[in-house]
Amino acid sequence: MHTVSLLVENRPGALARVSNLFARRGYNIESLAVGPTERPEVSRITLRVDCSRDALEQLEKQMHKLVNVLRVSTLEAGEAVERELALVKVNAPPSRRAELMALGEVFRARVADLGPDSIVFEIVGHPEEVSSFEELVRPHGVKELARTGRIGLGRASAGRVARTQHVLS
Amino acid sequence: MLGSDAILRSLEAEGVEVAFGIPGGAILPTYDAFARGSTVRHVLARHEQGAGHMAEGYARASGRVGVAIATSGPGATNLVTPIADAWMDSTPLVCITGQVRSTLIGTDAFQETDATGITLPIVKHSWLVQNVEELPHVIKAAFHVARTGRPGPVLVDIAKDVQETEFDFHYPDEVKLPGWRPPRNVHALQVAEAAKAIAGAQKPILYVGGGAINANACAELLELAEAGGIPVVTTLMAKGAFPDSHPLALGAPGMHGSKWANWALNKADLVIAVGSRFDDRVTGKLTAFAPGAKVIHFDIDPAEIGKLRRADIPVVGPLRPALEQLAEELRRLVDPGHMGPAAWRRQVDEWRAAYPLRYDREGDVLKPQAVIETLRDLTAGRDDVIWTTGVGQHQMWAMQYLVCDQPRTFITSGGLGTMGYGVPAAIGAKAARPDATVICVDGDGCFQMTCQELATSALEGLPITVVIINNGWLGMVRQWQEMFYDSRFSETHLTHQVPDYAQLAEAYGCAGFTLSSEDELESVLEEALNCGRTAVVDARCDPEEKCFPMIPAGAAATDVIEFTDLEESVEA
Repeated sequence: MHTVSLLVENRPGALARVSNLFARRGYNIESLAVGPTERPEVSRITLRVDCSRDALEQLEKQMHKLVNVLRVSTLEAGEAVERELALVKVNAPPSRRAELMALGEVFRARVADLGPDSIVFEIVGHPEEVSSFEELVRPHGVKELARTGRIGLGRASAGRVARTQHVLS
Repeated sequence: MLGSDAILRSLEAEGVEVAFGIPGGAILPTYDAFARGSTVRHVLARHEQGAGHMAEGYARASGRVGVAIATSGPGATNLVTPIADAWMDSTPLVCITGQVRSTLIGTDAFQETDATGITLPIVKHSWLVQNVEELPHVIKAAFHVARTGRPGPVLVDIAKDVQETEFDFHYPDEVKLPGWRPPRNVHALQVAEAAKAIAGAQKPILYVGGGAINANACAELLELAEAGGIPVVTTLMAKGAFPDSHPLALGAPGMHGSKWANWALNKADLVIAVGSRFDDRVTGKLTAFAPGAKVIHFDIDPAEIGKLRRADIPVVGPLRPALEQLAEELRRLVDPGHMGPAAWRRQVDEWRAAYPLRYDREGDVLKPQAVIETLRDLTAGRDDVIWTTGVGQHQMWAMQYLVCDQPRTFITSGGLGTMGYGVPAAIGAKAARPDATVICVDGDGCFQMTCQELATSALEGLPITVVIINNGWLGMVRQWQEMFYDSRFSETHLTHQVPDYAQLAEAYGCAGFTLSSEDELESVLEEALNCGRTAVVDARCDPEEKCFPMIPAGAAATDVIEFTDLEESVEA
């Protein structure tokens, strides 16, 4: 699985042109996040795709040729900060509430909303942490789930891998 | 100024001389602007597909950007085939389509279709214009994108109300496209690497594609080939990029290429790819292609490098300076008077002598190859002849037997394989070079797909000569059915009964000729070529003739089936 980060012009059709390059080659985009950047005319697309190295290289070159695409890079695990936000609505009858809240605390998941028989957790973290939390609350009954898709940036301390690994582990 | 007038002023500013199109509801204001006057000549086609292929033929013959204009909905969808064709063959094309009013977009209005959406995978870029202020910038950008980098088609879809809106027109001097940065320079170190590899190679070959013509790099190619004494294969799209009559020219490799060209390409120790893309019709089974060769790959498009075959020495950038520098570098490396790989050239010439193109010309039935050879001989030595073709057997015979010594004189549909390309492309080529003799070698199946454009040819003063290699069948499909589907000729028989092509030609105001024997071949073709107007020659040929040599789909390129192989197997 590869994470690709693109800077694109903030225009209609830019996302469609990018996603079409994947679709026409039969690749499924596993995760996709689009949002503004520090420049209002530029958006960032972060996407995840499961394909071979060679296929990825071809896709990157094709994306680079798109008129709306300004920059293409792949985020290598360990050399990028990657985050995702999830909202999880879990079954929470009063008898289970305390247990779930304790679980949430371990993951630093915030209670975004509380109802008579369910809780909506909000969790931000590395996508794998988000997945772990999802697995742990699943036995309680997940009513609904929404994930933003991963976003990422190259590390501020690019090149000093050892130190950053230490800081983040 | 009205948006509609601004469109024409923009085309004029881009130096457009001819546009091909058909009016309709959503593009009416722009045609009203044509009525108010323009230096752009409008050629009225009979079908938007015809207009698109004409624009392609114009672009290929002239090296300029072709322009096609159509209305929304069916007008736009009829342009899809030429756009796809231009995409596959890297033909620079600007397509302008009308769109329903901006207030109606997205409502399934009359003749509304999502033109930018439908064409998304087959354009370099497209624009939907809903604000008249953007219009000049968009048209400027459209021409820039179509012609720079690897050429190709773009689409500008303009809402009807934009064409009707008044604004202050000013054509920009520059384009602002921060994301469009095609390679401009060639890496000198890579060129030096390439020169070293060529100087050290025992069996080098230049594998030239249509990119060499697009890049106007044919003079540099000739320099390079002569500097290194390197044999040259030219793909279907590159016919004419290197003079066919040059001693180093081996003609086309690939599925219906000659055995000598395929063997030379596949037994080389160094393949120098120049604006070619390792298409499956050239390589055959990819894993068996040129197994002993190192590959140098020159291309303007970085995405072509390593797409199908790994490049040992990639050189990305414009071909013209690249080849020029390479020839220079190569001369520096080899001694003056160095003859290059002479033994290799002898070997290739031996193959050429041993396995010539062959067909059986004896007997009463007119052979399609004989028609094409006669056309070649009748025009021999002339540098003012442009050929176009449809797609199929006749196209492959044209590739094999015609001699093209100039670039932009062989115009054909390669990548997409668009039947019906020949007639409209010929009309477009004639518009680009009115003094040239434009001859379309067509098939009967192909001709019937776009023959309505004979009206355009006759009425617009764009005379062409169409020679229909009429075998009464969808010949190439028939050949596959015979060879690979146990002769089950399913739905391929078009017959020699209808239409009467000569009468059809007359109905369109053209001259019609029919011929069915070798005796009349030369005189009829000569008469057609000299009649001074659009002529259609119905050459009734052997329905069973097959095109050889042939590499079966999926086979290694060295496993060529030849005319003789087949005879032997029949005898056995």
